[in-house]
Amino acid sequence: MSGFPILSVMMLVPLVAGLACFFLDAKAARTLALVATLVDFALGVVLWLNFDIGGAQWQFTERHELFSGFSYALGIDGIALLLIVLTVFLMPICIGASWKSVEKRVGEYMGAFLIMETLMIGVFCAQDIFLFYMFFEAGLIPMYLIIGIWGGQDRIYAAYKFFLYTLLGSVLMLVAMLYMVHVAGTTDVPTLMAYNFDPKVQTWLWLAFFASFAVKMPMWPVHTWLPAAHVQAPTAGSVILAGVLLKMGGYGFIRFSLPMFPEASAQFAPLIWGLSMAAVVITSLIALVQDDMKKLIAYSSVAHMGIVTIGLFAFNTQGLEGSMMVMLSHGLVAGALFLCVGIIYDRLHTREIARYGGLAINMPRYALFFLLFTMASIGLPGTSGFVGEFLSLAGIYAISTWTALICATGIILGAGYMLYLYRRVAFGDQKNADAAAMLDLDAREYLMVIPLALAVLWMGVYPESFIAPMRADIAALEARIASAAPEGDSKVTVGKEKPVHEEVAHEGAH
Amino acid sequence: MNQILIIVFLPMLAAIIAGLGNKQLGNVAAKSITTGALFIACGLSWPIFIQFLNGSAEATVVPVMKWVASGTLNFDWALRVDTLTAVMLVVVTSVSALVHLYSWGYMDEEPDQPRFFAYLSLFTFAMLMLVTANNLVQMFFGWEGVGLASYLLIGFWFRKPSASAAAIKAFVVNRVGDLGFMLGIFGTFLVFGTVSIPDILAAAPGMAGSTIGFLGMRFDTMTVLCLLLFVGAMGKSAQLGLHTWLPDAMEGPTPVSALIHAATMVTAGVFMVCRLSPMFETSPTAMTFITFIGAATCFFAATIGCTQWDIKRVIAYSTCSQLGYMFFAAGVGAFGSAMFHLFTHAFFKALLFLCAGSVIHAMHHEQDMRFYGNLRKQIPITFWAMTFGTLAITGVGLFGVGFAGYHSKDSIIEAAYASGTGMGHFAYWMGIVAALMTSFYSWRLVFLTFFGKPRWAGSEHIQHAVHDAHGHGHDDHGHGHADHDDGTAGYHPHESPLVMLIPLILLSVGAIAAGYVFEHAFVSDGMGEFWKGSLVFHEHLIHAMHGISGVIKYMPFIVMLIGLVIAWYGYIKNTRFPAAVAEQLGPVYTFVYRKWMFDELYHYMFVVPAFWIGKVFWKVLDIGVIDRFGPDGAAWAVAKGSTYTQKVQSGYLYSYALIMLLGLVGAISWVIAG
Repeated sequence: MSGFPILSVMMLVPLVAGLACFFLDAKAARTLALVATLVDFALGVVLWLNFDIGGAQWQFTERHELFSGFSYALGIDGIALLLIVLTVFLMPICIGASWKSVEKRVGEYMGAFLIMETLMIGVFCAQDIFLFYMFFEAGLIPMYLIIGIWGGQDRIYAAYKFFLYTLLGSVLMLVAMLYMVHVAGTTDVPTLMAYNFDPKVQTWLWLAFFASFAVKMPMWPVHTWLPAAHVQAPTAGSVILAGVLLKMGGYGFIRFSLPMFPEASAQFAPLIWGLSMAAVVITSLIALVQDDMKKLIAYSSVAHMGIVTIGLFAFNTQGLEGSMMVMLSHGLVAGALFLCVGIIYDRLHTREIARYGGLAINMPRYALFFLLFTMASIGLPGTSGFVGEFLSLAGIYAISTWTALICATGIILGAGYMLYLYRRVAFGDQKNADAAAMLDLDAREYLMVIPLALAVLWMGVYPESFIAPMRADIAALEARIASAAPEGDSKVTVGKEKPVHEEVAHEGAH
Repeated sequence: MNQILIIVFLPMLAAIIAGLGNKQLGNVAAKSITTGALFIACGLSWPIFIQFLNGSAEATVVPVMKWVASGTLNFDWALRVDTLTAVMLVVVTSVSALVHLYSWGYMDEEPDQPRFFAYLSLFTFAMLMLVTANNLVQMFFGWEGVGLASYLLIGFWFRKPSASAAAIKAFVVNRVGDLGFMLGIFGTFLVFGTVSIPDILAAAPGMAGSTIGFLGMRFDTMTVLCLLLFVGAMGKSAQLGLHTWLPDAMEGPTPVSALIHAATMVTAGVFMVCRLSPMFETSPTAMTFITFIGAATCFFAATIGCTQWDIKRVIAYSTCSQLGYMFFAAGVGAFGSAMFHLFTHAFFKALLFLCAGSVIHAMHHEQDMRFYGNLRKQIPITFWAMTFGTLAITGVGLFGVGFAGYHSKDSIIEAAYASGTGMGHFAYWMGIVAALMTSFYSWRLVFLTFFGKPRWAGSEHIQHAVHDAHGHGHDDHGHGHADHDDGTAGYHPHESPLVMLIPLILLSVGAIAAGYVFEHAFVSDGMGEFWKGSLVFHEHLIHAMHGISGVIKYMPFIVMLIGLVIAWYGYIKNTRFPAAVAEQLGPVYTFVYRKWMFDELYHYMFVVPAFWIGKVFWKVLDIGVIDRFGPDGAAWAVAKGSTYTQKVQSGYLYSYALIMLLGLVGAISWVIAG
């Protein structure tokens, strides 16, 4: 592979196809978009197969100096690789999901999606901090448009809310980046990752980055844009929003906050734990009372992202690898769940849970897939959801048992709201004639859900395929932050003397 | 010993084929594949068990595949076979195979049979993964897998709101236990640096006396770990506090109740404690707690069992109570007795449930015993099988010879007394009182169902059956049956078909003989040779048990007779007696009849507040506070302030984005220039 700029090509293919889509009619635009995303997926597979596990930390690097210090620099490590593969895997499914449901301005819609793919890949492989920033922010523009133009009733409000939240965080992050480049004298991300900033300054830089990543994640309490955006977005928009855009926050923490500001990360870890605990418990309870399917899954996403953040701020291998696994799994599972909602939304044109019921009778195949994704969301062992959740919680247990206990209640609450949803949609009697008349999955829908189902099971049964590429990178990150890691609260003391002492005292008291 | 791969994975394959093939495959093919797979698994399991029985087999671990390796936390898919597993293998595969067979008859009129059989086989696979686990996480996989299968099977008749509600309840309550199990695994990993069961058990004694931080306080390490893990066991085995799902689980088809909620899944907690017995042994506090919970459960569940009218609920509470026996046996260190009772209980309790299914089948889905009576003449084989099951559960036997339950339950009760501790004696007396009640409610069930006069006419199910049969569905319920004032309403129950009777007969053999035949291996001076270190046993406890004599030893037999006599008096001799007693007891009876009010308590303590808090967080916190002072507030401020700058604030996102990009370019230029 040496010399072939595969990352640039992966960004160029959707970009060119996307621009072309603006000038094509609906049918041609759909076809072109599908072909382009499939080509990108094939390139993603090539990328994965050629990634040398145990080789150099940064692979497939490209570098072109542009003007004084700012450069077009690309390169990936295992962490970025997995997120890119997730992106290119979900993209053809998104195009498939929009095949029939999007009817107005199809060319522009497909164009927006394809350009967004370029920008998302860019986020994960940018090695120049400003290049990253550009992709990071610009990636949201197509999303604003997709929500604002092809969204539901309240699309303008949702798009506006989405914009307002992200804007605030981004401005602060930009200021911090400018400062960092000024001090360190480089825009190169790998160099910055090893640069030791003054701990006092780290605090402010960390907070500035936090403002941006916490919104993108989203963490409680800056999460309220997410339900609004999900509810209004078209199905494919929700899939990619939950599947990839939410991962940018986690990626930001793992790529910037943790390695660049280890001391500040340790200092703020209790804040993160607190917000994560609040996210898991509060948003899970909110998810329990939702009547709108998409809102319910959106709130459940916030709860799952809480598990990501505790894993990241557990400062150990299990936590970090676990949070990556939760991100990947959530990308598949939340994407799949939004797709499942979309499948029945296309038939009945409502997201109101009460309008459905008894779908297991007339749509048994659909009910089967929906059940699988529900179980994966709950974190049933054998599905992708379990591995990450288990590792993240194992990681945080080593450092804060309280956080582990509170966040682990998510497995109870998660089971509660997801099974309650499943019961209302798939079980019970058929209440409405129109819902009872809905047909089971068609060929196009099978082609979308089967790959997701297989990926979910693969990741659950043999996660080694996904852990292996990032192992060395996580180990490096762990080594970087180890010195700053806060002390665990559950250290074992092997004290044979003390209990005997106590027992003697106890005996004496009688 | 690669048969184990076939034993475990054949049911999984069968489940996948039957489940995905479903309607295209057809009923007969789906049933044949799953049932065939289970009989093969069963046929391969017994030789393994017999090899362990005659001492010619050694513990082995068959690796399957890598699972997770994250830092020092490693666990693989692997199948462990030792004595403890071998015991579980025969229990699981035998009962499962017979339940599969029985379901051919019981589910015959069901339109959705492939799905049912696929779930049954899926369950069996998960249960086998649980019992062959060589590390805690694979055990957890099986643990959750059986939970999933249980959820699906309880909710099999998903159109019934009560069934899907019971399914959710079972899953969620089990998850409460799983929370403890999960934290227990984390803690174990933290302390021992591994989740491999043999490694943990080897290292556990070395950790006795150490302390660990948990929730900001310091505790004895092993006590914390054992109690956390035990919370998991309490959930799965429906022990006091986390038992509420088990009676509701009776919403599932009866074969499911026999397989999952009596013989196998609910015993997983007992299995876990026995599997980890060297670990639990290191914490006297945890052992005392287990004894207490077991003893309390065996008493409390038995009281409820005495008052219920639904035939399946009586047996469900009986299961709960018997599991209590197993736990307090484990708690006093008699792990062999716990496993022995698990083994015999699997046969006689599966038998009782399948008999109940046969009765329900004969009575056209009527489950209320108040509408039974006199059935011994109509369904004699079921009657005899049920009688054997009852003789087994009540522990009929004397001087070392008796039905299955006599051997196992008496060994538990003796062990509790022989342990000599205060908590052991408490468990002994609880066990005795519960044995009295066991005898009472079991015979009550038999007498209400098979003896006395027919009371079928009062049942709506029977009325429907009669109406349908006579073809005048428009008839009013209360009238038109003056010619049947013998209480039968003109209904004729039929004995079940042969596929249902064969399992009853085979399980009857188990209920009669399993105790006598296997007592020597499970619980005796030579039990060490059988268990080969797969669980802890105490020589001195066995000797102390032999030393018990006189009234203490014969107490279980005496209370069994008392229970039988009371049941006979109340339900055959003087049938007005029970109602009079219930009236006398008044609120106490109501309290017990309403299951100690646990459901109401939990409903108002957890379910209602969860929904209420969810609403408050959503409406007040998210919308009322965060949105109002966050984005909406900002929008309001912008709108107010933008009166003068409306031309710039065109409101289109394009322009925002453009401005941002321009700003970015400007800022970068500034940095580079500066």
